[in-house]
Amino acid sequence: MAVEALGSAPRVKVAPWNDPVIRGWVFQIVVVGLVAALAWYLIGNTLDNLNRQKIASGFDYLGREAGFEIGDTMISYSPASTYARAIWVGILNTLRVAVLGIILSTILGTLVGVGRLSPNWLLSKICEWYVEAFRNVPLLLWLFLFYKLISEAFPGPRQAISAFWNSVFLSNRGLYFPVPVTDPIHKWMAVGLLAGIAGAIALHRWAKKRQDATGQPFPSISAGIAVVLGLPALVWLAGGAPTAMSWPALKGFNFEGGAVIQPEFTALLVGLVLYTSAFVAEIVRSGILALHKGQSEAAAALGLSRGLAMRLVLLPQALRVIVPPMTSQYLNITKNSSLAIAIGYPDLVASINVTINQTGQAIENILLIMAAYLSVSLSISAFMNWYNRRIALTER
Amino acid sequence: MRKVMMVATAGIAAVVLGTAGTAYAGKELDAIKARGQLLCGVGTGTAGFHLANTQGKWVGLNVDVCRAVSAAIFGDADKVKYVPLTSQQRFTALQSGEVDMLSNNTTWTLTRDTALGFDFTGVTYYDGQGFMVPKKLGVKNAKELNGATVCVAPGTTTELNLADYFRANKMTFKPVVIEKVDEIRSAFFSGRCDVYTTDASSLAATRAANVPAPLTIEDFVILPEIISKEPLGPVVRHGDSQFADIVRWALFAMVEAEEYGITSKNVDEMLKSDNPTIKRILGTTPGMGKALGVADNWVYQIIKQVGNYGESFDRNVGPGSPLKIERGQNALWTKGGLQYAPPIR
Repeated sequence: MAVEALGSAPRVKVAPWNDPVIRGWVFQIVVVGLVAALAWYLIGNTLDNLNRQKIASGFDYLGREAGFEIGDTMISYSPASTYARAIWVGILNTLRVAVLGIILSTILGTLVGVGRLSPNWLLSKICEWYVEAFRNVPLLLWLFLFYKLISEAFPGPRQAISAFWNSVFLSNRGLYFPVPVTDPIHKWMAVGLLAGIAGAIALHRWAKKRQDATGQPFPSISAGIAVVLGLPALVWLAGGAPTAMSWPALKGFNFEGGAVIQPEFTALLVGLVLYTSAFVAEIVRSGILALHKGQSEAAAALGLSRGLAMRLVLLPQALRVIVPPMTSQYLNITKNSSLAIAIGYPDLVASINVTINQTGQAIENILLIMAAYLSVSLSISAFMNWYNRRIALTER
Repeated sequence: MRKVMMVATAGIAAVVLGTAGTAYAGKELDAIKARGQLLCGVGTGTAGFHLANTQGKWVGLNVDVCRAVSAAIFGDADKVKYVPLTSQQRFTALQSGEVDMLSNNTTWTLTRDTALGFDFTGVTYYDGQGFMVPKKLGVKNAKELNGATVCVAPGTTTELNLADYFRANKMTFKPVVIEKVDEIRSAFFSGRCDVYTTDASSLAATRAANVPAPLTIEDFVILPEIISKEPLGPVVRHGDSQFADIVRWALFAMVEAEEYGITSKNVDEMLKSDNPTIKRILGTTPGMGKALGVADNWVYQIIKQVGNYGESFDRNVGPGSPLKIERGQNALWTKGGLQYAPPIR
């Protein structure tokens, strides 16, 4: 910057070594050159050392058969699949827990943060205790606690707790529940769902525009929900309303059929959400407290109820303060999900660690894991920055 | 996980920065001598093999191998620093030079001996993979395990053999994979898994030492099937064949001593023996130690301070221990077992 500023000043003829523009360029070239030389030296040295110790290198192993089983997969996977697939399974498992964790901790954190500001003494104290308890104990300990609670407190599969007329089973193997048998119509229902969401957004925009123009409110939220749920339901009816279900049933060691939420996943998600919510709650509280109290007084003077004042007046303004630190919390959830390995949830780190061990190629695998976390984190940052710009105060 | 990453990162840093580049024979050994201490990678705690006892002292069959190497190099079996490593940390720790050797129930395989950049120097314990189940499940053999949930340590041959065995027998299973061995055991004992699988010796150790009250040993059975070969032995990294030789022959010396009846009790009298073989072993006829690059009384020091292979076996995992494992395949070759040391001459 300084160089540009100087460069734009009227040029005085000086010797090249005294010319700030030339100097600036020279220094930058030297710095870039040094960094490149260092990188060159490190890479060369690494390859040399690997070669000397006869440690295999390269990414060929990704196509080889992994040979190990993974307990919780979102896509089809068997020991005959490749290492690349095993790592992909891990990435999806990390994303699953991160996305759910972000959504749930945003909701819970906002509720707790607002609750802490409640005039109701009991509610605000409960919220305060919650925050202090969760943010002052390391996450790892919470994970161990929840995992132990689930695996020690719940009965084995043969003594499982059943509910809803023997259709849902809770045991230390997880929560088994019935799911519809896969049907081609499900794909179209998903399309219907997406169309419904798009429709609801359009509806909401239209309603807002109309209200701005005419002052007529429109119940866009309930109508939106109806559209989102209604479209897939219509598709389902049009597809002949298939009702075949896969029911979990005890067979041999374990339940078969239905779908399962495993204890490792539950413990990790619960731990992440409860822990992060404590931080989110404080961010939300600080966002609301950052507003001038005239805002809530004005809202009250307009006759808005506390809930409406919060939703229409306070939170939208508080968001400007809340969003930037929330980005960090979302990134924290994603990265903290790597503690999964302590309680045996097969996330990205678990897949990579096993791969490192079976192939011995630590450098390649660490590069992969860094690239994976970096892409996820940068995506979250990019999205949140976009959102932040959208809600930023528009100055005219 | 953090620790794994730290070890892995440290390993990479070491490889990247070149501190682990050891091309010349003897360089590792020089470093160990200069340090005055052997860094020996052991497991995080398996009774009989590697376990810190109530006084915080490491004991076990694998620990005795570390002590034997230390006795050969320094003439003192106690110049060892034990570095407990999980199954996932061990290889990076050895590759990066964080430890000089591993003696932690690592299975000798081709990949590890080559692509990982290691050399296996021998077999401390001939093992095989087995299954342990709660008795109340009523399982009699491994073929009945279809659909079971299995607790297993990550990054092990166990994990691969398990998948192979179930695939070969057209059965399915759900793994529960946890890094810390204590956590795996606790998941198994709390009923999160139906089956715990690892090397049969470790199963026996777990059954003997880790069953939480009110459960007892009697509540668990080890199934008769042994589904794999697991030759467990000390490992060094490529680069210093002289150090590898010392590790190799320290173990051989323990086996050889047992074969010739030299024990920690009688080793001093054996010094007066006329038997030329015993004289060579104990260094009363000099030469062997010099060839190996250590003191000529190296075997004397090992046997005096650590004991021969049989003594170590009995004390740690055999009749003299809670594990009560039979010698079986680990008997001397003269007694129908597989333990066989090349001659010291």
